[in-house]
Formats: sequence, C-alpha cells, structure tokens
Amino acid sequence: MFGFGILSCIVFLPLVGAGFILALRGTDEATLENARRAALGTTLIVFLLSVYAYTKFDPSSSAFQLVEEKGWFGQGLIYKMGVDGISFPFLLLTTFLMPICILASWKSIQTRVKEYMVAFLVLETLMSGVFCALDLVLFYLFFEGGLIPMFLIIGVWGGRRRVYASFKFFLYTLAGSLLMLLAIMAMYGVAGTTDIVTLLQTHFPSSMQKWLWLAFFASLAVKMPMWPVHTWLPDAHVEAPTAGSVILAGILLKMGGYGFIRFSLPMFPEASAYFTPLVFALSIIAIIYTSLVALVQEDMKKLIAYSSVAHMGFVTMGLFSMTSQGVQGAVFLMISHGLVSGALFLCVGVIYDRMHTREISAYGGLAARMPLYATVFMIFTLANVGLPGTSGFIGEFLTLLGAFRINSWVAFLATTGTILSAAYALYLYRRIIFGVLDKPGLASILDLSWREAALFAPIVALTIFYGFYPAPVLDSSAAAINALIKNYDTALAVVTKTAAMTVH
Amino acid sequence: MSHLSAALAHCLPELILAAGILVLVLFGALRGKESGGPVTEIAAGLLGLAIVIIFLGSKTTAVVFDGAFIDDGFGRFMKVLTLAGSLVTLIMSQDFLAREKIDKFEFPILILLSTLGMLMLISAAGLIALYLGLELMSLSLYVIAAFHRDNLRASEAGLKYFVLGALSSGMLLYGASLLYGFAGTVSFAGIAETINGKVSLGAIFGLVFLMAGLAFKMSAVPFHMWTPDVYEGAPTPVTAFFATAVKMAAVAITVRVVFTAFPGIVSQWRQIVIFISLLSMVLGAFAAIGQTNIKRLMAYSAIGHIGFALVGLAAGGEAGVSGVLAYMAIYLVMTLGTFAGILSMRVNGEGVENISDLSGLAKTDGVMAFFLAMMMFSLAGIPPLAGFFAKWYVFNAAIQAGLYWLAVIGVLSSAVAAYYYLRIVKVMYFDEAAPAFDRPAAAPRAVLAVTGILVLFLFAYPGVFIDATTAAAQSLF
Repeated sequence: MFGFGILSCIVFLPLVGAGFILALRGTDEATLENARRAALGTTLIVFLLSVYAYTKFDPSSSAFQLVEEKGWFGQGLIYKMGVDGISFPFLLLTTFLMPICILASWKSIQTRVKEYMVAFLVLETLMSGVFCALDLVLFYLFFEGGLIPMFLIIGVWGGRRRVYASFKFFLYTLAGSLLMLLAIMAMYGVAGTTDIVTLLQTHFPSSMQKWLWLAFFASLAVKMPMWPVHTWLPDAHVEAPTAGSVILAGILLKMGGYGFIRFSLPMFPEASAYFTPLVFALSIIAIIYTSLVALVQEDMKKLIAYSSVAHMGFVTMGLFSMTSQGVQGAVFLMISHGLVSGALFLCVGVIYDRMHTREISAYGGLAARMPLYATVFMIFTLANVGLPGTSGFIGEFLTLLGAFRINSWVAFLATTGTILSAAYALYLYRRIIFGVLDKPGLASILDLSWREAALFAPIVALTIFYGFYPAPVLDSSAAAINALIKNYDTALAVVTKTAAMTVH
Repeated sequence: MSHLSAALAHCLPELILAAGILVLVLFGALRGKESGGPVTEIAAGLLGLAIVIIFLGSKTTAVVFDGAFIDDGFGRFMKVLTLAGSLVTLIMSQDFLAREKIDKFEFPILILLSTLGMLMLISAAGLIALYLGLELMSLSLYVIAAFHRDNLRASEAGLKYFVLGALSSGMLLYGASLLYGFAGTVSFAGIAETINGKVSLGAIFGLVFLMAGLAFKMSAVPFHMWTPDVYEGAPTPVTAFFATAVKMAAVAITVRVVFTAFPGIVSQWRQIVIFISLLSMVLGAFAAIGQTNIKRLMAYSAIGHIGFALVGLAAGGEAGVSGVLAYMAIYLVMTLGTFAGILSMRVNGEGVENISDLSGLAKTDGVMAFFLAMMMFSLAGIPPLAGFFAKWYVFNAAIQAGLYWLAVIGVLSSAVAAYYYLRIVKVMYFDEAAPAFDRPAAAPRAVLAVTGILVLFLFAYPGVFIDATTAAAQSLF
C-alpha cells in the first residue's frame, strides 16, 4: 500500500489526519466541527485498517508477521515493523479506544479544539508505533515521543493542578526511560544491532543481564506503574481531561507490561528469574497497599487510578510467574483493564461534564435520575471487581492461577486484593449511585445522551463478550506466549546445567 | 611557485574572507556613512561563497605552510558548521541592530574577522597557528560583545569577557610554551611523535594548561564563569554568535588537538575531558533551573550541552568523534532556531528577555510557539526530534567505550535539564497570555521555521547527515 506495509499505514495515517486538521483555517464552530469529524474519521479508518490487518494475521504462528524492513540510520539501526500474537491485541486495543476518546471529547473540549485533536492523532501514531516497532531504537522513539503530546494534553486541557501533574508525569517517565536508553546502547554493543528479532536470539552474559534488566525495569516499572514509583499516576489521571485519562489507563500503562513481555523476560531470562522475588514482593505491596489507599479516596478519578495500580500488580505477578496461565492471564488482564478502566474514566467524565466536580461526596442517588448510566456504571464496576462473567474475572483468575503454581503465598496475598477491590469499587458505586438524591444540583441531572450511549455500547459488549468467551484474545496470543515460555525455560535450563557442571 | 599555489588552493575560503575583509573596511571607511548598508549583504555573500568553495573544493587531506595548516575532511565539516552559524546570525542580526540603532558597518566586518580566525583555528596543525587563529577570533569577539557601547550591561560583558579571555589566553600560551619546551616542536604531529607513550610531567602540565585555555573558549566548567554574564549582557545577535559559531570552532580545535597531538597519552587527557564533561553536564542542568532571563538560561544550557558533546570526546575513537560532530551539527541547528525565537521577542519596539514574556505565546502566535516548543523538546533530547539522535550518538560511543558512569550521570542530568526546557513550553502553552510580540522580522522567522523543520524531520532522512559525520570523523585518524 503506497510503498508501505499495512502496519506503517496504521501507524502513520493519523499524522495525515493531523496534517489535514492543521490545514483547516478559521475558528468558527463549523471549522471546529470539521476538525472533530476529521479526527473521528481518521481514527475510525485506522481502526478498520487494523481489523483488516488482523484478518491477514495467522495466530497459530509465534513468528513476527506483516514485517516491513527498510534501511534507516545506518550502523545497525533499522526501520522495522512487525507484530506477533502478543503485540497485536494491544495494537487493536489502541485503535479501538481512539475513536471512543475522540467521541468522548466532542462536547467537553471547547478550547483549542484543533490542537487537541492534532495532539490525540499524533499520540495515536506514537502509541501504535510502540506495539509495532521491531527495532529497539524505533521502539524507544515511539515510547518516549508519546510524552510530548501527553504532556501537552494534561497541561493545556487538564484540571486545576495540571502543571504539577504534567511535569511529574513527564520527568518521572523520562528519568526512568533514559536508563533504559543506556541499556539499549549496551545491548547494541553486544549484538551490533538493535533489531528486536536478532536480540531475542542473542545471549547476554549473566552479570550484564542483571544491569540491563534493572535499567529496563527502571523505565517499565515507572510506566506500568509499580509501587513505589506509581505516584505520578494518580496526579496525572486526576488532572488529565477525560479522554487523556482513558488513554493513560487504557494504553500508556500497558506499554510497561508489554515491555516486560517483549524485552525483560525473553532477553534477560536469568536476570528475570533472579529478580522474580523482588517483582512478586512489589506486586503484592501494590495490590494490597494501593487497594487500601483507594478505599479512602475522596476523588473518583483518584480512586480509579489507585485501582489501576493494584490491577497492574496482578499483571506483573502473572508475567513473572512465567507459566502459560500467568502470562496469558496478564495479557488478557491488560486488554480487559484497558477496556474497563477506560470505561470507568468515561463514566466519571459523564457526570463531571454535568456537575464539574469529581468529589464523591457531591453525588448520591443518581440511580433515580440516571437509570441507564447506573446500569453501565454497574457493569464496569463489577468488571473492575472481577465478577465472573466479565472480562475482569478471566484475567485475574488466570494470573492468580499462574502465581499459585509458583508460590502459593504470593497467590494467597494477591487474592486479598480482589476482596479489597470489591470493597472500594462497590463502596464508590454505593456512594454515587445509591442513596437519596438530596443534593440540589443533581435534581435536574440528565441521563446518558445518544452520543454517550454510543460510546459505552461497544465497550459493554466487549467486556461481557470476553467474560464469557475469552478465546479470541487468548488464542491469538497463545502461540507467541508458549514460544516465549519455552525459550525462557530452555535458557534457564542451560544455566542450571552449566552451574551443575562447574560444581562437579 | 606551484607549491605555493597548491598551498593557497587549500586555504581558499580563508583567503577570500581575508581579502573581502580588507576591501570591506576600505569600502566602509570611504563610504563615509556609519550605517552598514550593503556591507552586511556583501559579508553574508562572502560567507556563503566560502561554504560553496568548501563544498566544491578538493576532498583530500593536505598539510601546507610547513605543517602549520591542515585541510582535511574533519576541518571542512566543522568549517561548514562555523560558516553556517556566522552566516545565519549575520542575516538574523540586521533587523535587531537597526532597531537598536547600532547597525554600524563594522559589525559584519568584525563577524567576518572573527570567522576567519575560527577557520584558521579549525585548520591549525601547530601551536602557533592555533594561537594565531584563537586570538584573531577572540579579539574580534571582545569588540562585538561590547558593540552596544552605550549600554552598560553590554560594556560590562565585553570587559568581563576580555579580562577573563586574556587570562585564559595566557594559560593556553603557557601550556603551549611548556609543550614546545618538552617536545621541541610546535607541530601537533611532531608533539605526538615525541611524547608517544613517554609521559613527562612537563608535557602533562602543558596539556593541562592547553586544555584550560580551550575549555574557556568552549565555556566548559570550571572555566564557564563568564558565560552567563556575557550571554546576558551582549546584544542578542552577538549572543547567538557566541553560542553557535564560536562553540563549533572551539570544540573542533579541542578535538583536533587531543587526537593529533596527544594520541599516545589517551588516558591522561581522557581524565581531564571526563572531569570537565561531568561538571559541565551537572552544572548546566542544575544552575539553569532558577533562571528567569532566557539568554542566561541558554548560557547554562550551552554549558550543559558542551558537557554532552565532550562525552563523545571522552569516548574517543571514530565513533566518539563522529558523535561529537553529529552533536555539534544538531546543536548548531537547535541553537540558531532558539535564538531566532529570542530575537523575535519584542514588545512595542523594546526587546524583552524574560521567560515570563513568553507567557501564553501559543495563543498569540501559535506558529512561533510550536517551533520554539519543538526546539525546547529537542534540546531536552526527547525523541523523535533531532536532539535525541545527538545524545544517542555521544552516549552510545561512551557506552561502547565502557564509560558507564559518565553515561549514567549524563542521562540523569539530561533528565534534570529537561525540567527547565519544559518550563519554557509550560510558560508558552499553559499560562495566560502576556502582551503579544510585535510582528517579527522576516529573517528570524524564516530561520526558526527552517531549523524547526530540520529538527522535526531529521529522523525521516538521516542518511546524508550520518554519512557526512562518519566521513569527517574518519579523516582525523
């Protein structure tokens, strides 16, 4: 297609849309409407393209597919794109959430509309690039480049403490990522290339692996975010505009988990095994501690943000269990969390647009005036809790199962997190939806509009569909994950064998 | 005779500038008017002509004038950067000088003289040629730093720069005399031969003093003290000149000296380079945080960036040198763009220099705000902008050379530095609008747009650029 492969088209098409919006002149309402339509149209086309790409994708193979390769910077840096069963679900999640974000901003963003749409389209390019890049430097380019539009989105269209939140978000992520950059350079020194496919087959010396692993961990743990470097997340979430929070929770957080699966686990297997107890410990702390913190929040977005940190704890736990259930569950949980927490932020956005406050105490008894909203919110609350029949259950259950096979105490402690999550999520729901509607401002609040209902419909459908039939996601990633685990076990077996031989 | 003409052919750009300067001085004096008039255009034309000659001229390496002058790929690369820096600042300065009523014809001539000194400096193959070039450059710089002679701050800047510069020249000269004493020759190649492996204390002293003098010109810590004051006090086009052309020449000669005169004692000079590089990066990052004047902030930013460029030098080898070259080229583009933005900062005919004057620029002048923001992100080294690739090359060279701690401290200080670049973006995008700027002159605006596009899209077609730096670095070894 135009000399590019389909992945390049998916990644760079949003830039074309952004260029079109920039070319629009005038500031009247009609122009702004055109800008919104152009953004929505572009993201929808990109979504359809990615679905089309999925039809060309063979989930039974663990190899990278739809690969494109071009010379780029010389010296081993190449432009290489490709997807496998692990990255494709994330790519689809990205392209799926983007039109929803644009639609969610239709009415709530009234200042600098064109710039807003451009920022989101550029962000889409950078995010989908992260999941498609098969060259480490290219990956880093997309991974880090995403900071610029997100910084502007939080800072320009955010809430009251937006400046603080945007700086914190940017500097935290940057400091972590720069260490990863050095690790990438060191890997380049060993392998002479930054091609991910080659690096996956390169064996790094054990002592070096630990340093590399730590450097990657510094970046990915911040992005994930893991306790104790999670503190940027509640701030960024609270201050970002609704669509920004959806992207943060839905996709940006998933880059951390994706990085662990793509780099840390397969490239540094010995270091991963060595640091697994650390990751387990941090995951358990994240699950229990942030769930407790979520219980006492007064701000709805903050509560959901802390719940995200807790759920990401399940993801890291599942990943480092390195059992097929654990890893598959982690991937599934990330996809599911992308949908559910994104939708929860949209739910908050709906009432925020009406009342302009996120204080939980400002609400109560909404069920009486907003039955449809109450139903939608109920579905996502239960999915967040992990009720069987929703997608949240599958992911949490599988990660716990995976962890249980490795260490029953870890699984036991993590399970308390699911109880706590039921507590904070249902407590939030009760305070907002149930009770008596006695706040004067709420007396005339309106239920979901058609536009809002249209936003939620596809997410509700997917959440319940995956709850009953998770096979589409699990099957597409199964081959790649099995290959990953097989390679991991082989690498560790080699090490144990050599160790045993040196002892004798 | 043919020997001489061959030698002259190798320094044709310098000859053209020198002849042009003499003619222009006469022309200006005989014309009897204070204002620049066509002198600026002619000077710009000469600089452009010199660039063209370098592109068309021979691509070989030659040492002429009894081993005093070297014409090689490395030199040609840095000369093009220097000339480009001079040319662009000269074009941008016209409008500014006219508004400040200091558009005298001496200004372009002094820029030319100084540039001539830089070209000689870059091509110096011996200590005497080095000193000649350095002084020709510096003396002109002292004058143009104080060019706004009715302005107290500018005069102070000029005087400060002169006194400290004279001190550093003294140190450099002392180092050079020690080296001559111990090596018995002034040519770099001769010095390299004599002290190959044999480290005498005197030669080390010579090296240290030489490096101190050069570090002063590069404004590397601990010889950076003049930088913020001079950057702030000098007229803005002059500051831009200091930040671009002068830096190119100073870094070029430093690289040449350590690799051609001291290849045998790498571990000795590497310590010095690592030391000043580390200090420059850290000081540049932390000291800029509290600044409110954008020129002062750019001074600390320049100190930090010299530290990053020196990381490549510390790494050494071809990869390190090509990293330095790539870094300097990208830094030149970013700095020219930023100063084009600073030159456009005028409210009601008065130049303003505070960061707060940029408040809400995104609302009053979206295009300028966007390009300036891209410059800031690029200076911070955020991909996919050009500044990221600059950092990639130098730090990659450092990692391959095993300088892990230097690289770790370097990237962490670049994360700190990101804070103050972001602050400028914040002021422009998040804050309420300050009074709008006057309609900017065409030249700075064009420069900002062109450099902005270069910075944004380097990643799309990097081939030509990377090949050029690699080829230039190879010629040094």
